[in-house]
Amino acid sequence: MAFASSSRVSDSDGRTEVTTQDAVAEETTAPLLQMVGISKSFPGVQALKDVSLTLHKGEVLALLGENGAGKSTLIKMLGGAIRPDAGSILIDGEPMVLDAPIDSIRAGIGVIYQEFNLIPGLNAVENIFLGREASSGFVRRKEEQQRARKLFEGMGVTIPLNVACRHLSIAQQQLVEIAKTLAQDVRILVMDEPSAALTPSEVERLFHLIRELKSQGIGIIYISHRLDEIFEIADSVTVLRDGEHIQDSPISQLTRQRIIELMVGRSIQNEFPKQRHSTGEPRLQVSGLCRGHRVKDVSFHVCRGEVLGITGLVGAGRTETVRLIFGADPKDSGSISLDGREIRISNPRDAVQAGICLLTEDRKGQGLVLQRSVLENFGLASLHEMSVMGFVRHRQEREAFAHYVDLLRIRIPSQQQPAKNLSGGNQQKVVLARWLQRNAEVIIFDEPTRGIDVGAKHEIYLLINQLAAQGKSIVMVSSELPEVIGMSDRILVMHQGKITGEIDDPTQVTQEQIMALAVG
Amino acid sequence: MNLARIYFRDYGMSLVLLLLGAMFSFLTVREQHPSGAAAGEQVADLILERNGTSATVLIASRATSEDQQFASAAEARLTSNGAQVLASVAGGPGDVRKAIEEILAKGQTIDAIAANDVSSKWNVYDRFESVGSEKCVVPMSYTWPDFLKFSNLLGIASQTAIYAIIAVGMTMVIITGGIDLSVGSLVALSSVISAIVIRDFGGGISAGISWVLAAYLSGILTAACLGIFCGLMITRFRVPPFLVSLSVMMMASGLAFRVSEGRSIAELPKSYLWVGSQVTWGIPNPVILMLFLYVIAHIVMSQTVFGRYVYSIGGNAEAARLSGVPVKRILLMVYMISGLLAGLGGIIQSSQLAAGDPKFGDMYELEVIAAVVVGGTSLMGGEGRIFGTLIGAFIIAVIKNGMNLTNVAPFNQKIVLGAVLLVAVLLDQMKRNHSSRN
Repeated sequence: MAFASSSRVSDSDGRTEVTTQDAVAEETTAPLLQMVGISKSFPGVQALKDVSLTLHKGEVLALLGENGAGKSTLIKMLGGAIRPDAGSILIDGEPMVLDAPIDSIRAGIGVIYQEFNLIPGLNAVENIFLGREASSGFVRRKEEQQRARKLFEGMGVTIPLNVACRHLSIAQQQLVEIAKTLAQDVRILVMDEPSAALTPSEVERLFHLIRELKSQGIGIIYISHRLDEIFEIADSVTVLRDGEHIQDSPISQLTRQRIIELMVGRSIQNEFPKQRHSTGEPRLQVSGLCRGHRVKDVSFHVCRGEVLGITGLVGAGRTETVRLIFGADPKDSGSISLDGREIRISNPRDAVQAGICLLTEDRKGQGLVLQRSVLENFGLASLHEMSVMGFVRHRQEREAFAHYVDLLRIRIPSQQQPAKNLSGGNQQKVVLARWLQRNAEVIIFDEPTRGIDVGAKHEIYLLINQLAAQGKSIVMVSSELPEVIGMSDRILVMHQGKITGEIDDPTQVTQEQIMALAVG
Repeated sequence: MNLARIYFRDYGMSLVLLLLGAMFSFLTVREQHPSGAAAGEQVADLILERNGTSATVLIASRATSEDQQFASAAEARLTSNGAQVLASVAGGPGDVRKAIEEILAKGQTIDAIAANDVSSKWNVYDRFESVGSEKCVVPMSYTWPDFLKFSNLLGIASQTAIYAIIAVGMTMVIITGGIDLSVGSLVALSSVISAIVIRDFGGGISAGISWVLAAYLSGILTAACLGIFCGLMITRFRVPPFLVSLSVMMMASGLAFRVSEGRSIAELPKSYLWVGSQVTWGIPNPVILMLFLYVIAHIVMSQTVFGRYVYSIGGNAEAARLSGVPVKRILLMVYMISGLLAGLGGIIQSSQLAAGDPKFGDMYELEVIAAVVVGGTSLMGGEGRIFGTLIGAFIIAVIKNGMNLTNVAPFNQKIVLGAVLLVAVLLDQMKRNHSSRN
């Protein structure tokens, strides 16, 4: 950390233009990338309004904003996927027209989107050189292998070259994705939520690489919802809100609190509004849960009115454990009892029947039927209670949903709205409404705030509080340590399929202590 | 206003159907020379008006069924009003000449000849001085598109009925994100099984009504069982629907040839033809059955829990499963319904053609899938509407019929139908892109 910031001191001074001397120096070397007065509107939405952005050589610029603030639109412009209505993009002071992805590549811009663009069946080398194979028509495998190896060496990582990408870990795939861009001689690298699916140690390695790229003079635009990371890696910050440009500052002039205020547009006093209250008798009791080598002999209980946080590194078996409880995967052994009585759960239907529900981490892939209306998504789990002789009672369904729309403050123009058009926070609320209607007593949240912006996160936290206060038992799986510490009554830490620690008083624990348990 | 918008969002293809109808109507407008009962009565009235109620009349018509209706209606109207029908000829010009000769030999005179467009043009009348072609009275002609003739429209409906009925099941299957290629072979198998039950157990031509029902049922149930088999393979062993139904398609076809020894089985009683060939309230039975099934299927898909589950499985099977939807059971039922309806299609086919034949149903699966896709159901699953499929089936039928009426050569028809399918898919794609951009 210290090393990284000291090596870029001169650059960062020049950029902030504190003295006239530096301003003169600035003129001679135009900034690497400038986006000036960018506007873009889609039918019905002004996505960007007169937004500007400046990136210098060897700088890491954090682009911040809530979901819908216009970050994606802006980076898609850099990727040549969207054309601005107004404004200009300058590279080294030269205006550029980026009409197609190929224009961006030629201009030296590499964009790594959240969803990787790798062909799962091809190996790293084939993916890196995809579309740029040697011109003879035959693939020069040896040469490509050598170049790939050199690239990875330069990045300081080792990736198995002969393995299909679908067998690589998320982190490895991301490195392949980065190598793919570097192979095109990029000078500007845009990364959209690169750390979202990485473990802390993988994030650390990613940061190491970013610092390495910085020192080579590459300018980096970094997008993340994790503010801790911003303070660790970024040199400066540009904040967008509702398509408007809010502020540019060097990171040193900002606090975490201030950044949140800038993003949300109002001040949030307490990021984790935890209400502590006494918890009741044990409700869900899990003992000896096993599945292969992913979940090994996991036992724990959750009480009435308690929020139990489960954390650990990616691959620690947290999601696998809660999927076993919910019956989403078959368990090898172990028993589950509710209110003292053992219950048989062999599929999600059994769990739902017993009053246990799961809000999955991947809402789009596992939580919602995206093209159907939010109303239908809401009713899906309770159709038997809302039907007569197999016929759906539409009115009852609509009224029940309207109740939850009010209660959870779900923002939708109509109940017939397709679920895919909702923001992450609202999607999460629709799934929650589905389970509340089903009278779920044990509610398992898997990464409840992943991909949800700051304002909506706050609302989800308030809802979790409310549910606990009503006496529901909450299990919250999360990788975000501040969230786990801030919201739980009790914390379990997992490592390699086992519970390696239990923390009874989260107010007295530090992130480092949890990390120590998480790495085993 | 809002309702209209929803209608066109969901059933936009009905506009295409209307446009096609209008186009073929325009292309097939011609002078219509009516025959049949209504024309016969019209001619009788004209004669009574012109020659009085004591007129002596010769009726000249061909031996076709339509002309016979014409002749008997004219005769009934004439005699009930006091006119005398000297003879009613059903045949050709030669028969007419003989009849006239006989009448003249008896010393009778002919005041008028009731004829239609064809029989009035025979040049037999002018050979007799006392007759002459000017005595012919023909029904009034009018200008009307061939396409829009009631008989033609009814023909389209009854030709489409089988495809449309099978397409109900296919729509459900495709909405779940699957496909069922076996339906064509199931048509053949069901027709053969049903005919064999009649021939070998029910006593062939002399089989009673209960044996006919038993035969219908055994054909349909055989197909339904193979549908369940498909469903089991898909849900238990996770074999892709395309492959399962492809192999069932081959097996069912082979089975149909095997049990029938490759021959057509035609030892069927008259009552067997009831489903396929009889008419109720002026509408062919298969058409009534088709409409009935569409109404039921529409209600099932839009109003019931089952329908909701089908859509949710197609939209996101994992999300449905994690919401407690009994995914496997629903899929099993959907494939069973598809098989069952294909079996019903086989029964109708065999009833229409008075035979069970292993060659029935050839390529029906493609025709049916085309109807479903043209009707706006997405092959990706999760979207689609039952009545959309009915519209799709009719679009294809109207195009085929219209091309027949306008004398498009059969091989050109194939090219056009292929292009129509492509256009339907393109339209669907454009709609999707448009809606995802908004």
